[in-house]
Amino acid sequence: MAGKMEKLPNKKPRAIDGHKPAAAVLRKVVDKVYAEAWEAKRRGELVGWSSSKFPIELAKAFDLNVVYPENHAASTAAKKDGLRLCQAAEDMGYDNDICGYARINLAYAAGEPTDARRMPQPDFLLCCNNICNMMTKWYENIARMHNIPLIMIDIPFSNTVDIPEEKVDYLIGQFDYAIKQLEDLTGKKFDEKKFETACARANRTAAAWLKSCSYMGYKPSPLSGFDLFNHMADIVAARCDEEAAIGFELLAQEFEQSIKEGTSTWEYPEEHRILFEGIPCWPGLRHLYEPLKDSGVNVTAVVYAPAFGFRYNNIREMAAAYCKAPCSVCIETGVEWRETMAKENGISGALVNYNRSCKPWSGAMPEIERRWKEDLGIPVVNFDGDQADERNFSTEQYKTRVQGLVEIMEERKAEKEEKGEDVYTNFENTKETDWSKPTLK
Amino acid sequence: MSKFTMGVDVGSTTSKAVILKDGKEIISQSIIPVGTGTSGPARAIKQVLETAGFSSIDELDCTIATGYGRNSLEEVPLQMSELSCHAKGAYFFFPKVRTIIDIGGQDSKALKVGNNGILENFVMNDKCAAGTGRFLDVIAKVLEVNLSDLEVLDEKSKEDITISSTCTVFAESEVISQLAKGTKFEDIVKGIHASIASRVGSLAKRVGIKDQVVMTGGVALNHGMIRALEKNIGFKIYTNEYCQLNGAIGAALFAYQKCLSAKNK
Repeated sequence: MAGKMEKLPNKKPRAIDGHKPAAAVLRKVVDKVYAEAWEAKRRGELVGWSSSKFPIELAKAFDLNVVYPENHAASTAAKKDGLRLCQAAEDMGYDNDICGYARINLAYAAGEPTDARRMPQPDFLLCCNNICNMMTKWYENIARMHNIPLIMIDIPFSNTVDIPEEKVDYLIGQFDYAIKQLEDLTGKKFDEKKFETACARANRTAAAWLKSCSYMGYKPSPLSGFDLFNHMADIVAARCDEEAAIGFELLAQEFEQSIKEGTSTWEYPEEHRILFEGIPCWPGLRHLYEPLKDSGVNVTAVVYAPAFGFRYNNIREMAAAYCKAPCSVCIETGVEWRETMAKENGISGALVNYNRSCKPWSGAMPEIERRWKEDLGIPVVNFDGDQADERNFSTEQYKTRVQGLVEIMEERKAEKEEKGEDVYTNFENTKETDWSKPTLK
Repeated sequence: MSKFTMGVDVGSTTSKAVILKDGKEIISQSIIPVGTGTSGPARAIKQVLETAGFSSIDELDCTIATGYGRNSLEEVPLQMSELSCHAKGAYFFFPKVRTIIDIGGQDSKALKVGNNGILENFVMNDKCAAGTGRFLDVIAKVLEVNLSDLEVLDEKSKEDITISSTCTVFAESEVISQLAKGTKFEDIVKGIHASIASRVGSLAKRVGIKDQVVMTGGVALNHGMIRALEKNIGFKIYTNEYCQLNGAIGAALFAYQKCLSAKNK
């Protein structure tokens, strides 16, 4: 029965000796991205806006300063100014149905100020639609608004598991064209060495990110899964920055230390472990967290780990890596990502945000949920939410659904413990992801 | 010595309370037609206590609150979701239940229940009143009839008409235009029932329908609604006169369970 959960004594983790806490280091890295962009702007240099999964390594070959509207919108929403900007965009004529990040950013691009976090207006745009097709129109609108160049990388949806060579050829062709556009924009030549350095750093950051995420597999987990929602900002906005790699490596060290010392950023009893699906509701992060915390429910699986783990050895592999985003892979791949994580990390339930800002993602969820229930044998509960528009989230409705999920997990836990069975999913007590009916062979 | 437990279900539109003796016998019950944030919960509790011959909630062995307003009762610190409570209550009356459809004042849900009455999964309506009791309230007001008249009117209907199931407000506009065209009340009512059945039936199909299907919640008193749902889902639906009290009964049963486990410690 729901009550308030108290922190366990001596559970708080400590920083690595001689270092600041990794969370603070990582926050500073993102702050620096914005600060450097402002400095560049003041010096009269070009500043770009980029979508979160644009192959930014290409821009780094030109020493370009780039900031990220999605990250900016998430910060703005988290600081409770998102709704005002959404409404400003709607007043401008943008539909209430489109992504909240897009509405916030379109209003900001049109000059609507915010004190949540300031970002310089763009001189050029870098857009890749691997995350969704709406990106194309969003960025085209900004390009038109500001009359600035838009460098577009089109990544079609992956209907197959493997990325066909023709698709890689198509992307390489676009990379070549993007390089030419950047050369025209900057008046500089593409610097192969700087590009290689950017790629090496991006790989190092991705490796450290994936390593940090993998610690959720420990029982109990040395981290609250909600931490990753904040640390994500670095993998989005600074993956080619060495400081981001260093920050994530420090984070992984902290988790390693926590395992040895029995500490965790999840300072409560870990009564249940769940997969949390979907972008969190940034304006209401506390409302998402509290009901879970009060029932001892820790998040130990989120799709952002594999979704941002871009690792590659050469440019063709880089192109293939950028084809992988939650909304651009076939449903079987998407299901396998989550199910593998569930089996590696161990969960006993899943909670899904039917994110009204992201129709492609939440549209696929009913079928994805159905497959999880069949393959993993876990209860899956969903709630209406929104990554940025707080009108689409109701705290009371969310609390009821979480309580229902907890009650189911408690019964199942008691039953399994009585039988001596593992409470959490693993490779033995679940089915393999069903590939019998893939979208396309 | 007998154990007396209370379940209080504080909904959006009604407050219900029940006292059980030894987890078996309903010795008092109360339904007050106002819900959370009103005098309803206090009045429901007072009424059941008085009927059962108790002067204070402290005289009972255990009380659990459920429903939308479950956190608002200072005198009842223990609470459970209405999801588990409806499963518990339905299983009490229908031990073969595997699927529960509950339509309340402002939400509707489909519950999947295991063979021991334990809740296994559930689906609730998304952020919308279409497919909830509120929909029927609005339409009854437009037609100037009582809610209790709806099943009688439905039975008289000879013609099927389609009313929007996407939005209560849009449906209200459609009903008004149907009235202007001269469509009979009974056909409109049946159309409304079919509209709700399509939304709620969809929830049930998503959770997976298995026999026996039981309907709980106040809307289950409307047998026109039950007929529409049976037609939509293709299964017989069971209910009883305690449908509106089902959540409170489930809560009282959980309270009894708690007493027994405390006793065994």
